Amino acid sequence: MTWISIIIAGILTYFTRMTMIALVDRDFLGDKIKAVLEYVPSAVFPAIIFPAIFINDYGAFIEMSDPKIFGAIVAIIVGYFSKNIIATILSGLISYWFLIFVIFS
Amino acid sequence: MLSKKQLFTKGMLDISPHMLSVIPFGIICGAIGVELGFNPYLVYAMSIIIFGGASQIVFLQLLSGGASSLVAVTSVGIINSRHLLYGAVLSEYLEKLSFIKKLLISYFVVDQGFSESNKFFKKNKTEQHLHYHLIGTGCTMWVCWQIATLSGIILGSFVPEELGLKFAIPLTFIAIVVQDLKKIDHVIVMITCGLSSLLFFDAPFKSYIIISPVIALFVASLISRLKK
Repeated sequence: MTWISIIIAGILTYFTRMTMIALVDRDFLGDKIKAVLEYVPSAVFPAIIFPAIFINDYGAFIEMSDPKIFGAIVAIIVGYFSKNIIATILSGLISYWFLIFVIFS
Repeated sequence: MLSKKQLFTKGMLDISPHMLSVIPFGIICGAIGVELGFNPYLVYAMSIIIFGGASQIVFLQLLSGGASSLVAVTSVGIINSRHLLYGAVLSEYLEKLSFIKKLLISYFVVDQGFSESNKFFKKNKTEQHLHYHLIGTGCTMWVCWQIATLSGIILGSFVPEELGLKFAIPLTFIAIVVQDLKKIDHVIVMITCGLSSLLFFDAPFKSYIIISPVIALFVASLISRLKK
Protein backbone atom coordinates (compact mmCIF):
# COMPACT_ATOMS: atom_id res chain seq x y z
CA MET A 1 0.00 0.00 0.00
CA THR A 2 2.80 2.39 0.92
CA TRP A 3 4.54 1.53 -2.37
CA ILE A 4 1.43 2.40 -4.37
CA SER A 5 1.09 5.69 -2.46
CA ILE A 6 4.69 6.57 -3.26
CA ILE A 7 4.19 5.87 -6.93
CA ILE A 8 1.03 7.99 -7.03
CA ALA A 9 2.80 10.77 -5.11
CA GLY A 10 5.67 10.51 -7.61
CA ILE A 11 3.35 10.75 -10.61
CA LEU A 12 1.59 13.74 -9.05
CA THR A 13 4.93 15.44 -8.39
CA TYR A 14 6.08 14.75 -11.93
CA PHE A 15 2.88 16.32 -13.27
CA THR A 16 3.48 19.46 -11.20
CA ARG A 17 6.87 19.72 -12.92
CA MET A 18 5.80 18.80 -16.42
CA THR A 19 2.35 20.37 -16.90
CA MET A 20 3.40 23.96 -17.52
CA ILE A 21 6.49 23.00 -19.51
CA ALA A 22 5.09 20.32 -21.80
CA LEU A 23 1.28 20.38 -21.73
CA VAL A 24 0.17 24.01 -21.46
CA ASP A 25 0.79 26.20 -24.49
CA ARG A 26 2.48 29.45 -23.46
CA ASP A 27 -0.03 31.53 -25.39
CA PHE A 28 -2.64 30.11 -23.04
CA LEU A 29 -1.16 32.26 -20.25
CA GLY A 30 -2.56 35.77 -20.48
CA ASP A 31 -0.36 38.86 -20.56
CA LYS A 32 -1.29 39.63 -16.96
CA ILE A 33 0.03 36.28 -15.80
CA LYS A 34 3.19 36.60 -17.88
CA ALA A 35 3.86 40.02 -16.32
CA VAL A 36 3.66 38.52 -12.85
CA LEU A 37 5.92 35.52 -13.53
CA GLU A 38 8.99 37.69 -13.00
CA TYR A 39 8.05 37.71 -9.30
CA VAL A 40 7.84 33.92 -8.90
CA PRO A 41 11.10 33.45 -6.93
CA SER A 42 10.22 36.33 -4.58
CA ALA A 43 6.68 35.01 -4.20
CA VAL A 44 7.60 31.36 -3.53
CA PHE A 45 10.84 31.10 -1.55
CA PRO A 46 9.79 33.16 1.50
CA ALA A 47 7.13 30.47 2.09
CA ILE A 48 10.05 28.10 2.66
CA ILE A 49 12.27 30.60 4.49
CA PHE A 50 9.85 32.10 7.03
CA PRO A 51 8.37 28.90 8.54
CA ALA A 52 11.84 27.29 8.66
CA ILE A 53 13.07 30.19 10.79
CA PHE A 54 10.08 31.31 12.84
CA ILE A 55 8.33 28.00 13.52
CA ASN A 56 9.99 25.21 15.48
CA ASP A 57 9.76 21.42 15.03
CA TYR A 58 6.61 21.31 17.14
CA GLY A 59 4.70 23.84 15.07
CA ALA A 60 5.00 26.69 17.61
CA PHE A 61 6.37 30.19 17.07
CA ILE A 62 9.92 30.69 18.32
CA GLU A 63 10.99 33.39 20.81
CA MET A 64 12.30 36.62 19.36
CA SER A 65 15.63 35.83 21.06
CA ASP A 66 16.02 32.60 19.05
CA PRO A 67 19.52 32.20 17.53
CA LYS A 68 17.97 31.34 14.14
CA ILE A 69 16.71 34.91 13.77
CA PHE A 70 20.21 36.25 14.42
CA GLY A 71 21.72 33.72 11.99
CA ALA A 72 19.23 34.69 9.29
CA ILE A 73 19.95 38.42 9.73
CA VAL A 74 23.71 37.81 9.46
CA ALA A 75 23.14 35.68 6.33
CA ILE A 76 20.99 38.38 4.73
CA ILE A 77 23.61 41.08 5.36
CA VAL A 78 26.55 38.93 4.23
CA GLY A 79 24.60 37.65 1.22
CA TYR A 80 23.49 41.11 0.18
CA PHE A 81 27.02 42.51 0.10
CA SER A 82 29.06 39.45 -0.89
CA LYS A 83 26.63 38.14 -3.57
CA ASN A 84 28.13 34.77 -2.71
CA ILE A 85 25.99 31.72 -1.93
CA ILE A 86 28.60 29.87 0.14
CA ALA A 87 29.38 32.97 2.20
CA THR A 88 25.65 33.46 2.82
CA ILE A 89 25.06 29.92 4.04
CA LEU A 90 28.27 29.67 6.09
CA SER A 91 27.90 33.07 7.76
CA GLY A 92 24.35 32.16 8.82
CA LEU A 93 25.39 28.76 10.15
CA ILE A 94 28.51 29.97 11.91
CA SER A 95 26.74 32.87 13.66
CA TYR A 96 23.97 30.45 14.66
CA TRP A 97 26.53 27.98 16.05
CA PHE A 98 28.38 30.79 17.81
CA LEU A 99 25.20 31.66 19.68
CA ILE A 100 24.12 28.12 20.60
CA PHE A 101 27.57 26.73 21.44
CA VAL A 102 29.43 29.74 22.86
CA ILE A 103 26.93 32.28 24.17
CA PHE A 104 23.96 30.19 25.26
CA SER A 105 25.79 27.02 26.27
CA MET B 1 27.59 31.22 -28.40
CA LEU B 2 28.35 28.63 -25.73
CA SER B 3 28.50 24.93 -26.53
CA LYS B 4 26.12 22.41 -24.96
CA LYS B 5 28.94 21.14 -22.79
CA GLN B 6 29.86 24.63 -21.60
CA LEU B 7 26.24 25.35 -20.70
CA PHE B 8 25.90 22.05 -18.86
CA THR B 9 29.09 22.77 -16.90
CA LYS B 10 27.93 26.30 -16.13
CA GLY B 11 24.71 24.86 -14.73
CA MET B 12 26.67 22.44 -12.56
CA LEU B 13 28.87 25.23 -11.25
CA ASP B 14 25.97 27.60 -10.63
CA ILE B 15 24.06 25.14 -8.45
CA SER B 16 26.98 23.50 -6.66
CA PRO B 17 27.23 26.05 -3.76
CA HIS B 18 23.70 25.01 -2.77
CA MET B 19 24.94 21.46 -2.16
CA LEU B 20 26.33 22.80 1.10
CA SER B 21 22.77 22.72 2.42
CA VAL B 22 21.26 20.06 0.15
CA ILE B 23 23.67 17.29 1.15
CA PRO B 24 23.20 17.55 4.96
CA PHE B 25 19.46 17.88 4.41
CA GLY B 26 19.44 14.75 2.21
CA ILE B 27 21.33 12.79 4.85
CA ILE B 28 18.84 13.90 7.49
CA CYS B 29 15.90 12.96 5.22
CA GLY B 30 17.27 9.46 4.61
CA ALA B 31 18.06 8.91 8.28
CA ILE B 32 14.61 10.10 9.45
CA GLY B 33 12.88 7.72 7.04
CA VAL B 34 14.68 4.72 8.48
CA GLU B 35 14.28 5.97 12.08
CA LEU B 36 10.52 6.19 11.53
CA GLY B 37 10.63 2.45 10.85
CA PHE B 38 10.17 2.36 7.08
CA ASN B 39 11.76 -0.18 4.77
CA PRO B 40 15.10 1.32 3.60
CA TYR B 41 14.39 0.40 -0.03
CA LEU B 42 11.13 2.26 0.17
CA VAL B 43 12.78 5.32 1.70
CA TYR B 44 15.38 5.36 -1.04
CA ALA B 45 12.90 4.70 -3.85
CA MET B 46 11.22 7.98 -2.92
CA SER B 47 14.37 9.88 -3.85
CA ILE B 48 14.00 8.55 -7.39
CA ILE B 49 10.23 8.42 -7.75
CA ILE B 50 9.30 11.67 -5.99
CA PHE B 51 12.71 13.44 -5.95
CA GLY B 52 11.37 16.27 -3.83
CA GLY B 53 13.23 17.12 -0.61
CA ALA B 54 10.84 18.16 2.12
CA SER B 55 7.82 16.43 0.58
CA GLN B 56 9.52 13.05 1.08
CA ILE B 57 9.93 13.61 4.83
CA VAL B 58 6.40 14.97 5.21
CA PHE B 59 5.01 11.91 3.43
CA LEU B 60 6.74 9.47 5.79
CA GLN B 61 6.02 11.52 8.90
CA LEU B 62 2.32 11.66 8.05
CA LEU B 63 2.10 7.92 7.42
CA SER B 64 4.00 7.02 10.58
CA GLY B 65 1.79 9.43 12.52
CA GLY B 66 -1.24 7.40 11.47
CA ALA B 67 -2.51 9.59 8.62
CA SER B 68 -4.20 7.85 5.69
CA SER B 69 -2.35 7.34 2.40
CA LEU B 70 -4.79 9.74 0.80
CA VAL B 71 -3.74 12.52 3.18
CA ALA B 72 -0.05 11.73 2.65
CA VAL B 73 -0.33 11.68 -1.15
CA THR B 74 -2.44 14.85 -1.24
CA SER B 75 0.11 16.65 0.93
CA VAL B 76 2.96 15.69 -1.39
CA GLY B 77 0.95 16.94 -4.36
CA ILE B 78 0.18 20.25 -2.66
CA ILE B 79 3.72 20.82 -1.37
CA ASN B 80 5.11 20.19 -4.84
CA SER B 81 2.46 22.22 -6.66
CA ARG B 82 4.90 25.17 -6.53
CA HIS B 83 6.66 23.50 -9.47
CA LEU B 84 3.72 24.61 -11.62
CA LEU B 85 4.95 28.16 -11.09
CA TYR B 86 8.54 27.22 -11.93
CA GLY B 87 7.33 25.49 -15.09
CA ALA B 88 5.33 28.55 -16.13
CA VAL B 89 8.47 30.69 -15.79
CA LEU B 90 10.78 28.21 -17.51
CA SER B 91 8.40 27.51 -20.40
CA GLU B 92 9.45 30.81 -21.99
CA TYR B 93 12.92 29.35 -22.54
CA LEU B 94 11.97 25.74 -23.27
CA GLU B 95 9.20 26.45 -25.78
CA LYS B 96 11.14 25.33 -28.83
CA LEU B 97 12.14 21.91 -27.49
CA SER B 98 10.43 18.77 -28.76
CA PHE B 99 7.66 17.26 -26.64
CA ILE B 100 9.85 14.32 -25.60
CA LYS B 101 12.68 16.60 -24.50
CA LYS B 102 10.20 18.68 -22.50
CA LEU B 103 8.95 15.52 -20.79
CA LEU B 104 12.48 14.42 -19.89
CA ILE B 105 13.77 17.79 -18.74
CA SER B 106 10.71 18.32 -16.50
CA TYR B 107 11.85 15.58 -14.14
CA PHE B 108 14.89 17.67 -13.20
CA VAL B 109 13.08 20.87 -12.25
CA VAL B 110 13.90 21.55 -8.57
CA ASP B 111 13.83 24.72 -6.44
CA GLN B 112 17.50 25.65 -6.57
CA GLY B 113 17.95 24.47 -10.17
CA PHE B 114 14.97 26.52 -11.28
CA SER B 115 16.23 29.67 -9.59
CA GLU B 116 19.84 29.42 -10.75
CA SER B 117 18.92 28.46 -14.32
CA ASN B 118 16.25 31.16 -14.44
CA LYS B 119 18.83 33.77 -13.40
CA PHE B 120 21.15 32.52 -16.13
CA PHE B 121 18.37 32.41 -18.75
CA LYS B 122 17.37 36.01 -18.08
CA LYS B 123 20.91 37.21 -18.76
CA ASN B 124 21.56 34.96 -21.76
CA LYS B 125 18.31 34.91 -23.72
CA THR B 126 20.04 34.61 -27.08
CA GLU B 127 21.92 31.37 -26.34
CA GLN B 128 20.75 28.51 -28.52
CA HIS B 129 20.99 25.51 -26.22
CA LEU B 130 19.92 27.20 -22.99
CA HIS B 131 18.19 24.08 -21.69
CA TYR B 132 21.57 22.41 -21.16
CA HIS B 133 22.07 24.79 -18.25
CA LEU B 134 18.88 23.45 -16.66
CA ILE B 135 20.01 19.87 -17.30
CA GLY B 136 23.30 20.76 -15.59
CA THR B 137 21.65 22.16 -12.47
CA GLY B 138 19.07 19.35 -12.38
CA CYS B 139 21.56 16.50 -12.82
CA THR B 140 23.89 17.91 -10.16
CA MET B 141 21.00 18.16 -7.76
CA TRP B 142 19.83 14.65 -8.64
CA VAL B 143 23.19 12.99 -8.12
CA CYS B 144 23.84 14.78 -4.83
CA TRP B 145 20.33 14.06 -3.56
CA GLN B 146 20.68 10.35 -4.36
CA ILE B 147 24.08 10.07 -2.67
CA ALA B 148 22.98 12.12 0.35
CA THR B 149 19.70 10.31 1.04
CA LEU B 150 21.35 6.95 0.42
CA SER B 151 24.13 7.70 2.91
CA GLY B 152 21.57 8.84 5.46
CA ILE B 153 19.68 5.57 4.99
CA ILE B 154 22.76 3.36 5.24
CA LEU B 155 24.80 5.18 7.87
CA GLY B 156 21.98 6.69 9.89
CA SER B 157 22.11 10.24 11.10
CA PHE B 158 25.88 10.69 11.27
CA VAL B 159 25.36 14.43 11.10
CA PRO B 160 25.09 15.43 14.79
CA GLU B 161 21.63 16.74 15.51
CA GLU B 162 23.00 19.48 17.80
CA LEU B 163 24.44 21.24 14.75
CA GLY B 164 20.90 22.07 13.65
CA LEU B 165 21.84 21.68 9.99
CA LYS B 166 18.22 21.87 8.91
CA PHE B 167 18.80 25.60 9.35
CA ALA B 168 20.94 25.49 6.20
CA ILE B 169 17.77 25.11 4.12
CA PRO B 170 16.30 28.58 4.80
CA LEU B 171 19.85 29.96 4.39
CA THR B 172 20.14 28.47 0.90
CA PHE B 173 16.88 30.16 -0.10
CA ILE B 174 17.95 33.43 1.49
CA ALA B 175 21.02 33.27 -0.77
CA ILE B 176 18.68 32.88 -3.76
CA VAL B 177 16.42 35.88 -3.11
CA VAL B 178 18.74 38.23 -1.20
CA GLN B 179 19.79 40.30 -4.24
CA ASP B 180 16.14 41.06 -4.99
CA LEU B 181 15.95 42.97 -1.70
CA LYS B 182 17.33 45.88 -3.73
CA LYS B 183 13.97 46.23 -5.45
CA ILE B 184 11.15 47.56 -3.32
CA ASP B 185 8.42 45.77 -5.32
CA HIS B 186 10.16 42.45 -4.72
CA VAL B 187 10.55 43.24 -1.02
CA ILE B 188 6.79 43.81 -0.73
CA VAL B 189 6.08 40.53 -2.54
CA MET B 190 8.55 38.63 -0.32
CA ILE B 191 7.12 40.01 2.92
CA THR B 192 3.58 39.25 1.75
CA CYS B 193 4.55 35.68 1.01
CA GLY B 194 6.50 35.22 4.24
CA LEU B 195 3.81 36.63 6.51
CA SER B 196 1.09 34.65 4.69
CA SER B 197 3.10 31.46 5.17
CA LEU B 198 3.18 32.05 8.94
CA LEU B 199 -0.50 32.99 9.00
CA PHE B 200 -1.61 29.92 7.03
CA PHE B 201 0.96 27.54 8.49
CA ASP B 202 -1.72 25.38 10.08
CA ALA B 203 -3.86 25.16 6.94
CA PRO B 204 -4.54 21.53 5.98
CA PHE B 205 -2.15 19.50 3.79
CA LYS B 206 0.70 22.02 4.23
CA SER B 207 -1.18 24.17 1.73
CA TYR B 208 0.50 27.33 3.07
CA ILE B 209 3.30 26.50 0.65
CA ILE B 210 1.07 27.31 -2.33
CA ILE B 211 -1.50 29.64 -0.70
CA SER B 212 1.16 32.20 0.22
CA PRO B 213 2.77 32.38 -3.25
CA VAL B 214 -0.68 32.84 -4.78
CA ILE B 215 -1.42 35.72 -2.40
CA ALA B 216 2.04 37.19 -3.05
CA LEU B 217 1.57 36.93 -6.82
CA PHE B 218 -1.78 38.65 -6.51
CA VAL B 219 -0.03 41.51 -4.71
CA ALA B 220 2.63 41.42 -7.44
CA SER B 221 -0.06 41.85 -10.09
CA LEU B 222 -1.40 44.90 -8.27
CA ILE B 223 2.12 46.32 -8.11
CA SER B 224 2.80 45.75 -11.79
CA ARG B 225 -0.48 47.48 -12.62
CA LEU B 226 0.56 50.48 -10.51
CA LYS B 227 3.94 50.63 -12.22
CA LYS B 228 2.33 51.20 -15.63
